[in-house]
Amino acid sequence: MDLYAQNIIEHYKQPRNHGRLAEPKISGKQMNRSCGDQLAVDLRIKDDQIEDLKFEANGCAISVAAMSILSEKLIGQNITEVLAINYQSLLDMLGLPVGERRYKCVLLGLITVQNIILAEQKNPLRTWDDLM
Amino acid sequence: MNKIRSLFPILETKINDRPLVYFDNAATTQKPQVMIDALVDFYQKHNSNIHRGLNPLADRATEMHEATREKVAKFINAKNKKEIVFTRNTTESINLVAKTYGQHFLKAGDKVVLSILEHHSNIVPWLQLKKEIGIELVFITLDPEGNLDLKQAKELISQAGVKFLSLQMASNTLGNVHEISDLIKLAQSKGIKVLLDAAQVIAHQKIDVQNLGANFVAFSAHKMFGPTGVGVLYAGEELLKEMPEFLGGGDMIADVFLDHFTLNELPHKFEAGTPNIADVVAYGATIDFVNDFGLDQIAKIEKELTEYLLQQLQNLDFVEIYGPQIVENHLSSLAFNLKNVHAHDVGDLLGEAGIILRAGQHCTQPLHDFLQVPATVRASLAFYNTKEEIDIFIRELEKINQKFI
Ligand SMILES: Cc1ncc(COP(=O)(O)O)c(C=O)c1O
Repeated sequence: MDLYAQNIIEHYKQPRNHGRLAEPKISGKQMNRSCGDQLAVDLRIKDDQIEDLKFEANGCAISVAAMSILSEKLIGQNITEVLAINYQSLLDMLGLPVGERRYKCVLLGLITVQNIILAEQKNPLRTWDDLM
Repeated sequence: MNKIRSLFPILETKINDRPLVYFDNAATTQKPQVMIDALVDFYQKHNSNIHRGLNPLADRATEMHEATREKVAKFINAKNKKEIVFTRNTTESINLVAKTYGQHFLKAGDKVVLSILEHHSNIVPWLQLKKEIGIELVFITLDPEGNLDLKQAKELISQAGVKFLSLQMASNTLGNVHEISDLIKLAQSKGIKVLLDAAQVIAHQKIDVQNLGANFVAFSAHKMFGPTGVGVLYAGEELLKEMPEFLGGGDMIADVFLDHFTLNELPHKFEAGTPNIADVVAYGATIDFVNDFGLDQIAKIEKELTEYLLQQLQNLDFVEIYGPQIVENHLSSLAFNLKNVHAHDVGDLLGEAGIILRAGQHCTQPLHDFLQVPATVRASLAFYNTKEEIDIFIRELEKINQKFI
């Protein structure tokens, strides 16, 4: 299977839900220092549901495409469901044949979104290992 | 050319059914059969612990181990083999200096001069010392061409309170070999101690420690076609005598009592515990190999390859090259990016095509911050690489670029 299938490259070139949200919103940033990927995400949560989400990214094709695909799935989801996603369920969702080597690229979007929610709930933040 | 390649068995390996193109020599070089044979031979015929046996097998193993020390001393023109301390790698050699010389002779407020190009292994031990005893670090930056800013360097070294200068001889990221002889002279004239990180130059140019005028020189066997797990620290005998010991245990002591111990002679004082005997022995065979082939010959082939690689990369308008685009005073190593593709995607796709190189920050995060690029791709060649491999590499880069247009 081709990790850089055409849909990944399309999501990379034209990410869905790209940009920033207007207030009211909660925001978070995350970096993957080993790659130099940077991601900023804005969420609007209403009645425990993600009502809207936008992001800005400077990263590799895998991290940007993963965030783009994830963003489409997350909008409308209940935050308890969002917090239950882990590496394996994310891979299934994305349909990506990613090896261990790029796991941080795949997880960057998810960990950023989950930590925005956890920070808002004043709960402890997740580490990369927590998601594996 | 095929003759050279046949000396390195791994070059026959396939990755995804494609011939291996190994362009990650700055990370670690490949190993000649003679080194692999020496390693096997030691374990099959001579294995024994050393320096302690009082039996013929131990004597033989000890002789073989110490013969390598002699070869290293000759290889870098040290005065004698007492000046050669074996460690695990360059990183441990630099740590040894920071944690013995640094801990003992430096004090709060003393300044240590480094450069922003340094490998993390020549930054973190000094940051640790800063945390532990409060030394200050100052960093030489780059001039607009991407070379060490020598004017700024001289000013920094001339500041009051500078006690130590620790610099790489060449950049493992940009590939440029630094012109540091004036900086060393200036430092020496002010009584500032100098450590040179020779990790990247050791396989590419002749090192003469007496000529260099540095107090300490550090490098790794694995970056010069030798085994992993063997590093070298060179320092003059007098200095090594003055320095406190490093780790404590067997071999580094002369006598042990219940309330004190006395130290062994040089260089054993710095080598606690059973050393990496087999790899040190195999490293001896590697040095013979390099001497027989000739560093001059290696440098000559690598220069031709560098010239070709640089030209071919410069021809691609979608590639941005970092650092000085020169062939003289440059290793066979170049850092670059495709303008529209992240370094990690490039590295991954090249890997799929059998081209092995490094994408990331190459243990030089401060340099990448300075250059304001999140990551780079680094192609680093050795004398067993070929122009045909460079052609394959360039074709793959074109394909990757096409994919992302
Ligand atoms: C300039 C430089 N210094 C130090 C090191 C560290 O070498 P080692 O990992 O063998 O300790 C490297 C290795 O990449 C290097 O390129």
